Amino acid sequence: MKTQADIAVVKGRSLWSEARRRFYKNIAAMLGLIVLILVSLFAFFGQYIAQFPIDEIDFNVIGQVEQEGGPSIKNGHYFGTDDLGRDLFARVVQGTQVSLIVGFVGAFIAVAMGTLYGAIAGYAGGRTDNIMMRVVDILMAIPSMFVIILLLVMFGRSMAMLFIGVGMLSWLDMSRIVRGQTLSIKNKEYIHAAQAMGVSDVKIITRHILPNLWGIVAVYATLLIPLMILTESFISFIGLGVQEPLTSWGALISEGAGTMQYGTLWQLTFPLFFFVITISAFYFVGDGLRDALDPKER
Amino acid sequence: MLTYIVRRLIIAIPTLLILVVLSFTLMHAAPGGPFTADREVPPEILANLEARYGLDQPFVVQVFVYLKNVVLHFDFGPSFVYKDRTVNEIIANGFPITLTYGAIAFAVAVFFGVALGVAAATHHNRWIDYFAVGIAIGAQVLPNFVLAPILVLVFTLMLGWLPGGGWEYDQPRYIIMPVIALATSFLASIARITRSSMLEVLNAQHVRTARAKGLPSHRVILSHVLKPALLPVLSYLGPTFVTMITGSVVIDMFFSTGGIGLSLVNAALNRDYSVMMGITILIGALTIGFNLLIDILYAWIDPKIRY
Repeated sequence: MKTQADIAVVKGRSLWSEARRRFYKNIAAMLGLIVLILVSLFAFFGQYIAQFPIDEIDFNVIGQVEQEGGPSIKNGHYFGTDDLGRDLFARVVQGTQVSLIVGFVGAFIAVAMGTLYGAIAGYAGGRTDNIMMRVVDILMAIPSMFVIILLLVMFGRSMAMLFIGVGMLSWLDMSRIVRGQTLSIKNKEYIHAAQAMGVSDVKIITRHILPNLWGIVAVYATLLIPLMILTESFISFIGLGVQEPLTSWGALISEGAGTMQYGTLWQLTFPLFFFVITISAFYFVGDGLRDALDPKER
Repeated sequence: MLTYIVRRLIIAIPTLLILVVLSFTLMHAAPGGPFTADREVPPEILANLEARYGLDQPFVVQVFVYLKNVVLHFDFGPSFVYKDRTVNEIIANGFPITLTYGAIAFAVAVFFGVALGVAAATHHNRWIDYFAVGIAIGAQVLPNFVLAPILVLVFTLMLGWLPGGGWEYDQPRYIIMPVIALATSFLASIARITRSSMLEVLNAQHVRTARAKGLPSHRVILSHVLKPALLPVLSYLGPTFVTMITGSVVIDMFFSTGGIGLSLVNAALNRDYSVMMGITILIGALTIGFNLLIDILYAWIDPKIRY
């Protein structure tokens, strides 16, 4: 029989170590994490391996890209060249950088805006909440993809505009989720206690509500990143994204799709490969996080 | 019920107005007018052009005139780039095409998605379930702009079965690939939602009761499971419709189907503001209308919703 002392020796497991343990056990999520680390390493260090800059035209292969431009270790074009004779390895590295940055920054903007907005609306409650959520309803009904295209065309195509546009696309969902969570947190006893002690509203939101939202925000942020990458790729695919000589996965896939009938299939397959494994990896990690953190799933 | 519909309509109207005013303001605020061309236009001609398109009026008057034309006459004005065409003509040209393959893709996605989801849930943890889950995961990473090139690669370049692009109303083989490319990811999402909500309902008390009183399996599914299980699917259909129309941009570009998506991209690249706004407003109006329809349908089917 266990005594009181025996139980005290057992190290307590916190909510987070429990979640971490569950996450480590999830094979798909861990595989996804490894893939993401590898892709990030590729994005950051690939440029030191590449033998050519992204915009240099190799005159040895131009004009006969189909015969000479294929992937080869010998001439330094590890992934081959594109139809203009530019090194595809360097371009895929660069496209990966752009896509990952857009994914992370876009998700960050969406998460920051949505969390703050939702937390304020949920905490304020009453009429303020009603008005703020009505605004979200109205904005949701506007086809955001078209507004992004409108923004990009009218204010010029720049990375900053892309971040703003892509981030704006999804803070609305985030704010709804966060508001719902806030509504349930705000009636907890420790919030009442803080209110009774005279803690200011701003401090209650930043100190007591936001930290408790962290779990659900982390899950949705992970699932938002691939969505941001998809959106950016879509915009780049239709030719409104980043501009030459910069590139991104969407732009590379679009170029590859445009030239595939000439037999230069590597132009499509390499960007497509990185796109598909990264998006799947993000989804697996996001699902793993949700299983680890979401109390409902336990 | 009626008050609910009226209240939803009252919300829908300001939303539309905001959309119109917002896009008009964006257009107005953009640096460089529609006539900022490579070649310098003489000031008198510029003044004439601006007078022709009403751009010399104060901003508020412009918004008002635009609103009046759109609301009263459904007139989006002339195209800024194609001098002899109006926005209405451009829309009338492309929209039927988009609507044709969009509606077919929508029907395909809903029908096969629900069928696959139901089959997966009723055969939980059997091969068809794994197949459905596999498709759902696969389609998540294959958006239409990735799927379209792969389809063309396989069916046009390798097998030579289907034309790689173009559009003929009376030839179904031009429709096949656009529909597949557009429908797949939605089919997968619908299958996933149907499956999980079916599984939930299959474990519910009333289903156990129905089984216990000896109802045959198909009767249980048809009359006790399907209706509550399909409610979440219904609420997904509103956003689906919108994304399908947006997805048509890729389809039109890639398969040269000549739909409204192509007009939008061309307008975007040519800075043809009036065409962009016309299409944006049209899609916005459709979105709002469709969501309204879904909400009313939802309220009508689900007795738990109070209005």
